[in-house]
Amino acid sequence: MQTPSPPRILRREPLPAEKHGGAPCKDSVWVTDRTALPSIRLYCWPRPPASGMGSAGLARLHGLFAAYKPPGLKWKHLRDIVELQLLKGLNAGKPPAPEQRVRFLLGPMEGREEKELTLTATSVPTLTDHLLVRGPAFTSLKIGVGHRLDAQASGVLVLGVGRGRSLLTDMYNAHLTKDYTVRGLLGKATDDFCEDGRLVEKTTYDHVTREKLDRILALIQGSHQKALVLYSNLDLQTQEAYEMAVTGLIRPMNKSPMLITGIRCLHFAPPEFLLEVQCMHETQKQLRRLVHEIGLELKTTAVCSQVRRTRDGFFTLDDALLRTQWDLHSIQDAIQAAAPRVAAELEKSLRPWLGPEQLPGSGQHRDSEGPSSALKGQAGGAVGG
Amino acid sequence: MALLTQWIPRWFNSIKLNSFITSTQLRNCFPRPGKTLLHEFSAQPRMSSDNFFLQWGFKTYRNSSIWNNSSQSTISIRQEINSAQNTMLPSMNEQSLKTQKIPNFDSELSLEGLDNVPPLSPLQPISEEEAVQITADPPLPPVSFTLRDYVDHSETLQKLVLLGVDLSKIEKHPDAANCLLRMDFENDIKQILLFLKDLGIEDNQLGPFLTKNYAIFSEDLKNLKTRVAYLQSKNFNKADITQMVRNAPFLLNFSVERLDNRLGFFQKELELSVKKIRDLVVRLPRLLTGSLEPVKENMKVYRLELGFKRNEIQHMITKIPKMLTINKRKLTETFDYVHNVMSIPHHVIVRFPQVFNTRLFKVKERHMFLTYLGRAQYDPAKPNYISLDKLVSMPDEVFCEEIAKTSVQDFEKFLKTL
Repeated sequence: MQTPSPPRILRREPLPAEKHGGAPCKDSVWVTDRTALPSIRLYCWPRPPASGMGSAGLARLHGLFAAYKPPGLKWKHLRDIVELQLLKGLNAGKPPAPEQRVRFLLGPMEGREEKELTLTATSVPTLTDHLLVRGPAFTSLKIGVGHRLDAQASGVLVLGVGRGRSLLTDMYNAHLTKDYTVRGLLGKATDDFCEDGRLVEKTTYDHVTREKLDRILALIQGSHQKALVLYSNLDLQTQEAYEMAVTGLIRPMNKSPMLITGIRCLHFAPPEFLLEVQCMHETQKQLRRLVHEIGLELKTTAVCSQVRRTRDGFFTLDDALLRTQWDLHSIQDAIQAAAPRVAAELEKSLRPWLGPEQLPGSGQHRDSEGPSSALKGQAGGAVGG
Repeated sequence: MALLTQWIPRWFNSIKLNSFITSTQLRNCFPRPGKTLLHEFSAQPRMSSDNFFLQWGFKTYRNSSIWNNSSQSTISIRQEINSAQNTMLPSMNEQSLKTQKIPNFDSELSLEGLDNVPPLSPLQPISEEEAVQITADPPLPPVSFTLRDYVDHSETLQKLVLLGVDLSKIEKHPDAANCLLRMDFENDIKQILLFLKDLGIEDNQLGPFLTKNYAIFSEDLKNLKTRVAYLQSKNFNKADITQMVRNAPFLLNFSVERLDNRLGFFQKELELSVKKIRDLVVRLPRLLTGSLEPVKENMKVYRLELGFKRNEIQHMITKIPKMLTINKRKLTETFDYVHNVMSIPHHVIVRFPQVFNTRLFKVKERHMFLTYLGRAQYDPAKPNYISLDKLVSMPDEVFCEEIAKTSVQDFEKFLKTL
């Protein structure tokens, strides 16, 4: 128990920690127990020192990670479940040691003969920061969701925690492609293109063969390739555009309708067929509509029975956490594991295009607007994929 | 001098006066042995710190912090508290005893001198000793949204925290928090706590119980005893009553009539024997405290919508009482999947009602995995039969190894293909 020299008269000086940057005043009352300030500020409690486990846990909880959304679960509920699990993990830490506060108690001066009453500063236990009085240390977390998935779709869903939410914006601006596996069923047509929707039409599909399907898919890919070039605002007659097309995929870096960069049939067993679609700026409903349109092109009808995202940018199925792994430690490990890859990929995608050798001095600078008259506007295409 | 009178009248108006003017409340305030300024007239600065409750005319800041100090009382509950917190109260008592030179005595409140005492001028010089005895602590806020501001000044609140009561949950109900602040530990709370201990509730269970049912302090002890006697008259033994009260904290707040009505309702509705009803209620006492409408609706759903017979429903309910209060939507979705997709007939479902107590996604995932492996055999007559309780009640590892005969990694890979 610390007992500074007892004052004779109480004077309300401002706390020396604030006035002199830490050095105590000689002639005023000071508080030696800094963590238990007498409550001058009654209505703004000092933030309780976060217990070791909780604050260390929170420090490792900034970044991006991917979760596997099962079908039937809304993305918002998934985000809420993840938040609850993280809060449970953070609040489960060891409770801090009991706090003390300084009180000035009236009592006889020790060692003196006469019965003189003086004030002595004593450290007294206090309950104001007890867990049962204050409540849990963490009550909410800021978690953001990347490209959303609707309730019936499943697959990789990118979530950002804390400072990782700004990386979500960067990921969005990088306009990376996504991979889906889409399962279709021939012979039916429904109003919402799903298997359990209201039936509109039933047709035969005996005439459908693998070659016909592949031909249709090639047609689709070709037309979308043209759209890709169109929306990326590039004039293909220029050298820069040629170099970009040679090195990688041209894709639009601004808003555009759904564009399919690749589509192929993985498995065909009528009435079922399985497609792999690589696309950008899509919604799952548009993918189901795509299945419906493929059915129409094949002169039959088709509905979509499953839409599953296998890759979102640089997060693949291997990185995605299953429902049993939505807890603090697994998520922290996943964030740590993904952090270097995330930083490298985002930096590569958002860096302006610097020529085929990717060196600052060589080649023509892609982002300079003046010399290249062929470039139309600022929002041009970019390399990547 | 620190005469902080501006806000004090407001503070006082919010408190009933008679809650202070009781002789039992006149004990020494625990950490504040400083004196008030009122006693220049009595000219006995040392003796007057006891009377600081009495001088209503001045209504100083001291009076506002009238919290009860039952420093002499030791309740057996305290011994159960863990050692880290155990040192708090005794040490504080030690300090208060050490620093107080004035003997404790109860004095009667006298209201006569209230109007005769002239007001004190702040510029009047006082002696050194009196100056030292002025306590200039920051005042208690008259109104607050949290009990943190008051917990250090209230013996009642401190004792409750040491018992394990979660004040952060109680302060969300302002009426309850106000009630607790004004309560006297010795008079009101202690008796209820002793009654609960007699009932059989352990010390470490008192905290969670009181956090849920803080309203029990406003119940009459006689009524509580009558209700326990009523339950005993219905042949619930002591251990059963303890378990019921622990699992349904609000049970003893219900009047005898209401409890009687509820028991009668279950007897009529479920048409089970008295002993079975008793077991049911002991296992799930919130049947008596919850609403009866969901139970009525669920009984209709079982009979009409799902098509179970009366004896089947009775069997399922005695096995899993929770089925009476299950959510109707979840019930119908689970039944729809189990009966129509998994093709399990009624008589098999009746033998394993646990399937209604599990999450639907679990049932779906495991069933789809077994179908993929070709092991989805739920007919008891055929070989390789998998019973429903093994399907749902086991953890993932045991399920994968024994039922599906694969590894957990395969199960996870399969889940990522759904």
